[in-house]
Amino acid sequence: MTTEAPARTWPRDIYDVFKQVGIEQIAYVPDAGHAQLIRDCEADNAMNVVSLTTEEEGVAMLAGGWLGGKRGALLMQSSGVGNCINMLSVVMESRFPLLMIVTMRGEWGEFNPWQLPMGQSTGKVLEDIGVYVQRAERPDEVRDVVHAAAQMTFSSNRPIAVLLGQRLIGFKDWSK
Amino acid sequence: MMERRQGTMDRREVVASMIKGRGDALIVTGLGSTCYDFGTEDHPNTFYLWGGMGAAAMLGLGLALAQPARRVVVVTGDGEMLMGFGAFATIGAKAPKNLSLVVIDNEHYSETGMQPTHTRRGIDLEGVAKACNFPSAETVYTEAELAKSVSEIFGGTELLFRDIKVNTKRYPMSLRLRDGAHIKNRFRENLLGSKAFD
Ligand SMILES: Cc1ncc(C[n+]2csc(CCOP(=O)(O)OP(=O)(O)O)c2C)c(N)n1
Ligand SMILES: [Mg+2]
Repeated sequence: MTTEAPARTWPRDIYDVFKQVGIEQIAYVPDAGHAQLIRDCEADNAMNVVSLTTEEEGVAMLAGGWLGGKRGALLMQSSGVGNCINMLSVVMESRFPLLMIVTMRGEWGEFNPWQLPMGQSTGKVLEDIGVYVQRAERPDEVRDVVHAAAQMTFSSNRPIAVLLGQRLIGFKDWSK
Repeated sequence: MMERRQGTMDRREVVASMIKGRGDALIVTGLGSTCYDFGTEDHPNTFYLWGGMGAAAMLGLGLALAQPARRVVVVTGDGEMLMGFGAFATIGAKAPKNLSLVVIDNEHYSETGMQPTHTRRGIDLEGVAKACNFPSAETVYTEAELAKSVSEIFGGTELLFRDIKVNTKRYPMSLRLRDGAHIKNRFRENLLGSKAFD
């Protein structure tokens, strides 16, 4: 098992897609897998980056941003999806676009068992409330998956979550 | 413990004075009573939440950041605000100058049978807002204080919080319009013109 992940380029690919599709609001609760993307967005003066106390705040915030004519993206780890479910009813009923970028935990070589209940149900609960779910598993497909999801959400006014597989983030060796 | 003051103002009279002073402000209501209060005079610049309890303040933040040249005014209930409590910190940390956050505080969940909320138990939202760096935060009990606050809410140039204490009188629903997509599209078209459907 390789435990050392090579330098990641896919977080920068996501940032590039954000710029390309005109995303100007970022809302996030940090995840280690999003650290580089958060840094890139924070360093960009054209982006309004908001650190949240809980992920559901971002669902409401980006609805407000869209009401005011701005595109946004919501960054979180899979456990944060569980914090969003009722708030997604605002998005469903009013047909707001919503681009969620979710780094997965609890699905591949996870060392922390407390991540499993939410990680194993992330896609199911999103689909249950009506969010379209797409996945990226390999570094070289992240750019296209995020780009396609962004185009679809903002042209359909329907929420889409991109789940970034835990395998992308890497394997943490817990053998000793 | 100090004897706590009771709210005596009537919520519909409070909201009527806000509607009179609204100018071109963009208004977001919370679910329940504040939605019905603003529904007494429907306006395309009002986004009515009929659900998403806890959403109002954060929805207002996103709108305020998107429209920095416009005054954005969130008017919600004490129960709704308590469910989105973290928004005090998130908004205070971001400190948008064009946002006013107003709670119509009857100290109860009136919609669900008039159970007391934490504001009834002495939890002080003005103090919370101050602790969360809101440069202006006040509790409003009287008509005179209300008149001053309404002009600050709509004419202010900084982030502002007002906790407006009202009595527990209930009013019927005023608004038939509850289709969320329609409320959203109407608001966007009025604000953004043809760009709304780009
Ligand atoms: C997540 C969630 N929990 C509970 C409810 C039920 N509910 C609807 S309105 C309301 C009370 C709102 O209280 P407040 O914001 O103080 O408004 P008031 O009616 O007192 O003006 C509650 C608890 C809900 N709609 N959503
Ligand atoms: Mg109340």
